[in-house]
Amino acid sequence: MNALNRKLWRDLVNLRGQAFAIAAVMASGFACYIMFLSTLDSLQLSRELYYRDYRFAEIFAPLKRAPESVRQRIADIKGVEKVDTRIVAPVTIDIEGFPDPVTGVVTSIPDSGDPLLNRIYLRSGRLVEVGRSDEVVISEPFAEAHGFQPGDKLHIIIRGKRKQLRIVGIGGSPEYIHQLRPGAVFPDHERFGILWMARTPLSHAYDLEGAFNSVALTLSRGANAQDVIDRLDMILKPYGTTGAFVRDDQASHKFLSQELQQLDNMSGLFPIIFLGVAAFLLNVVVTRLVGTQREQIASLKAFGYDNLAIAIHYLKMIMLIVFAGILMGIAVGAWLGVELSEIYVELFRLPFLNFVMQPSRVIQAASFTLVAGLLGTLAAVRMAVKLKPAESMRPEAPAEYRQTFIEALGLKRLLSAPARMILRHISHKPFKSALSVLGIAFACAILMTGRFQEDTITFMMDVHYGLSERDDISLAFSEPTSYKALAELRSLPGVEYGEAVRAVPARLVYQHRSYRAYISGYEPNAEIKRLVNTDLKPVSLPRSGIVLNEYLAKEILGIRPGDLLTVEVLEGSQPVRQIPVVSLVRQDLGVGAYMDIGALNRLMQEGNAISGAYLYIDDSRKNEIFERLKERPRIVGTAVREQDIRNFHRTMDETMLFWTFVATLFAGVIAVGIVYNSARITLTERSHELASLRVLGFTRGEISYILLGELAVLTLLAIPLGLLLGNVLCGYIAASLDNELYRVPLILAPHTYAFATTVILVSATISGLLVRRRLDHLDLIEVLKTKE
Amino acid sequence: MHASTPNIVFHAEGVTKTYQMGEVQVHALRGVDLELYESEFVVLLGASGSGKSTLLNILGGLDIPTSGTVGYKDHDLTVYKDSVLTRYRREHVGFVFQFYNLIPSLTARENVALVTEISTNPLVPEEALELVGLGERLDHFPAQMSGGEQQRVAIARAIAKRPDVLLCDEPTGALDLKTGIVVLEAIERVNRELGTTTVVITHNVDIAQMADRVIRLRDGRIISDEANPDRKAPSELSW
Ligand SMILES: Nc1ncnc2c1ncn2[C@@H]1O[C@H](COP(=O)(O)OP(=O)(O)OP(=O)(O)O)[C@@H](O)[C@H]1O
Ligand SMILES: [Mg+2]
Repeated sequence: MNALNRKLWRDLVNLRGQAFAIAAVMASGFACYIMFLSTLDSLQLSRELYYRDYRFAEIFAPLKRAPESVRQRIADIKGVEKVDTRIVAPVTIDIEGFPDPVTGVVTSIPDSGDPLLNRIYLRSGRLVEVGRSDEVVISEPFAEAHGFQPGDKLHIIIRGKRKQLRIVGIGGSPEYIHQLRPGAVFPDHERFGILWMARTPLSHAYDLEGAFNSVALTLSRGANAQDVIDRLDMILKPYGTTGAFVRDDQASHKFLSQELQQLDNMSGLFPIIFLGVAAFLLNVVVTRLVGTQREQIASLKAFGYDNLAIAIHYLKMIMLIVFAGILMGIAVGAWLGVELSEIYVELFRLPFLNFVMQPSRVIQAASFTLVAGLLGTLAAVRMAVKLKPAESMRPEAPAEYRQTFIEALGLKRLLSAPARMILRHISHKPFKSALSVLGIAFACAILMTGRFQEDTITFMMDVHYGLSERDDISLAFSEPTSYKALAELRSLPGVEYGEAVRAVPARLVYQHRSYRAYISGYEPNAEIKRLVNTDLKPVSLPRSGIVLNEYLAKEILGIRPGDLLTVEVLEGSQPVRQIPVVSLVRQDLGVGAYMDIGALNRLMQEGNAISGAYLYIDDSRKNEIFERLKERPRIVGTAVREQDIRNFHRTMDETMLFWTFVATLFAGVIAVGIVYNSARITLTERSHELASLRVLGFTRGEISYILLGELAVLTLLAIPLGLLLGNVLCGYIAASLDNELYRVPLILAPHTYAFATTVILVSATISGLLVRRRLDHLDLIEVLKTKE
Repeated sequence: MHASTPNIVFHAEGVTKTYQMGEVQVHALRGVDLELYESEFVVLLGASGSGKSTLLNILGGLDIPTSGTVGYKDHDLTVYKDSVLTRYRREHVGFVFQFYNLIPSLTARENVALVTEISTNPLVPEEALELVGLGERLDHFPAQMSGGEQQRVAIARAIAKRPDVLLCDEPTGALDLKTGIVVLEAIERVNRELGTTTVVITHNVDIAQMADRVIRLRDGRIISDEANPDRKAPSELSW
């Protein structure tokens, strides 16, 4: 090692605390980026592999009933590669010892087991065998929720008939990665299950012998999906199709894609903040270093070291810190990436995880980090290079201090001499002080992002379930039914009140945009199901016309109140109508279109029909009511509100908790990094001054006050700014989280502000104590021996 | 080892240096004409602020004059081209500063190595330190040495590359008599044994007795330039 490198190394050892703090902040940014992107890549890859290996179909078409002979006509469509026809049947599931209503979907697989498309991934057991009519394969999360093993039995109620089934296998399929009861917002694996049965027994049970009610197909290379869909819709029209759709509209796939999109959105923001802060810290430290080494740099130049050598010398030091940050970042990023991926795999119910940390991502992240490091120190290195050898032979001129404006205001008398030193020092380098404040403020803001989601979700739940969806139980009928059914339900013992709903699947079209959704018809002045406006005030449905929620209108369809919406009903006689959009309502969960139930029935020309009901019940008679409901053949879906709320929380909690942990960790690193660095730099800059004060008789406490007082002032200035910044940052995140599933309002509870403030104060205190320890060891003689 | 027909190494004519300090102009040098000869030992005297350091810095290629010409052999020292001046310093000049300017994070040996590593025909650091009587203190850091020892390390560092000129700005300024003499002996020895052209700035008139020539500055001008035929050894000095 040559002498210059040895100097570099020793300087770095001297600066180890600061260098480590900077490297840690860099590592945070790097790790954050790697964490998000490796998770994203891993999930995408795992999903792709799953799709490929288990032959996920590309086009789906639901219909009422078509004879198996239609299959060949579909297979003949140009561009179709493989076709699978299936029976998909909604069922009620009866589990012994579990009173709550459980619903499910049974999908047929060939009698011999393995389907052509949407193949089944088996976790345990086997697929169905030919000739056995009571065998069933169930989805893994459903099995886990109830502790089912192959060999266990369960009952389903299908078309009003009760049927006993024996579980032979547990697994999943790419079609149902994300398993959601129709109409639900979050999965409930205890009360909703996916089942697979052999085609023949299922067709008997569901009265679809020799027929099918669902098509899945893949496209041959280069085929045009829209052409295939058009042909398919034409073929299936007589058989009551509600329209074929591509993967992008498939429920499970769509959900996953949206979640991945959100992850992508988040992956940009945080690394930029972290790297920005790290760049700033590097700048401060290296600038300081160059400042204290003026004479050394000048001597080096006097001996004939050229500018390049000087620049390289300092760049090497920066690179070492940056590389340390990158190494730490790779380790932490991989660790967090694995953790986050596992949480998501669990959440998405992917059967396996292929964790990847792509070298290209690492290189990308490393280049960002490197660039941030270089940008942050460019000025300092330039300063070293520009230093004229002759000029730096004399010590730096004494810094120019001014009276601060607080003193100028005449408050001087109120300030002690040390307090004045603090204020003058802060205002002496206003830009640097401002940057420190900004850095700490960012840490504070990041902390808030860790907590705000929880506040928001509580709020969303309150609005959604407290103001608009106020039912205790919601029921769905297998087919439109007369009002008599509602009367019957109302008369059940324990049912206090009931309201009808008519839900109709439709394609909503406005100009070139369209969206498939259910139009819900509510009773006039409904009590249980209410719509709320932007101010969260209940609004009543107009007698005619349609009401959309804001997201559907603005983001998806681009339609405004007063415009005419084309409604293509996908059920019954499939009428197509132009209906004016009357108003918009606020709905944070899901998307929805609403009409007066009478108006909707007139549109359907089916008389007064209802397709579901909402009930208020006496909670103590809950189980009794569930029992009665199970006996009713036409009821296919039952949801208990309380359970919805719990599911919502369960889903969000894990991801949120993880992010709270990560954000708190990283923000703590930033806060300590900045406060500690500021403190250390102030200490070096002023050790002579402070030692002189000690010689003059000041106590340790008094000089600590001067040094740490400055940090306290900076920290206290930073907190309000940080809370403000946090508000903006959370707002940005909330906006970027918006999708069809939910819109996230910006809600920040007082305890979130308190949390951020507390962590910053604690970090600042820890940094203060670290520096305070050094102050106690201030070597008075050593300091005074060196020239000033 | 005096040359019988001395060659001119430094040639300065009409050198001025003006510093702009906000509104005020400070005339550090107001027209200096000067010639220095090979292997010569020159002492620069003058009151504080008379321009000694300014002149030395210009001779050493640390700074350039505002006007006038300065040359070292065939090097023009008035062109501000950093790479040219850097190479000149690297190849020909050794500096000793009043405040030592050692790198605190490097030991005595490493401080010397800092210079020998970029020179073509240097002494080994140990040899250079031996020359200034510090052969025993190779691995000590500056903070572990006295002012005089630090200054001797600085001299070792300056001479280790066998410079053609040695420029010393108040090398004994911060030292007591005894240590000052040790330091001066080191400088004198280099001048004598290596034939290095040496310029020493000092406030101490007695040190002038060591010199071949004594130049006095006042207010940025040379007011006298006298040869000293009776050169004394440092140990013979008293102040
Ligand atoms: N960088 C500078 N900017 C402004 N003025 C300067 C600068 N360098 C030197 N001067 C001024 O030029 C004049 C000559 O300075 P110089 O350092 O050469 O004096 P000196 O003879 O070495 O004094 P001393 O014995 O105190 O070291 C002084 O008035 C000094 O203030
Ligand atoms: Mg001087």
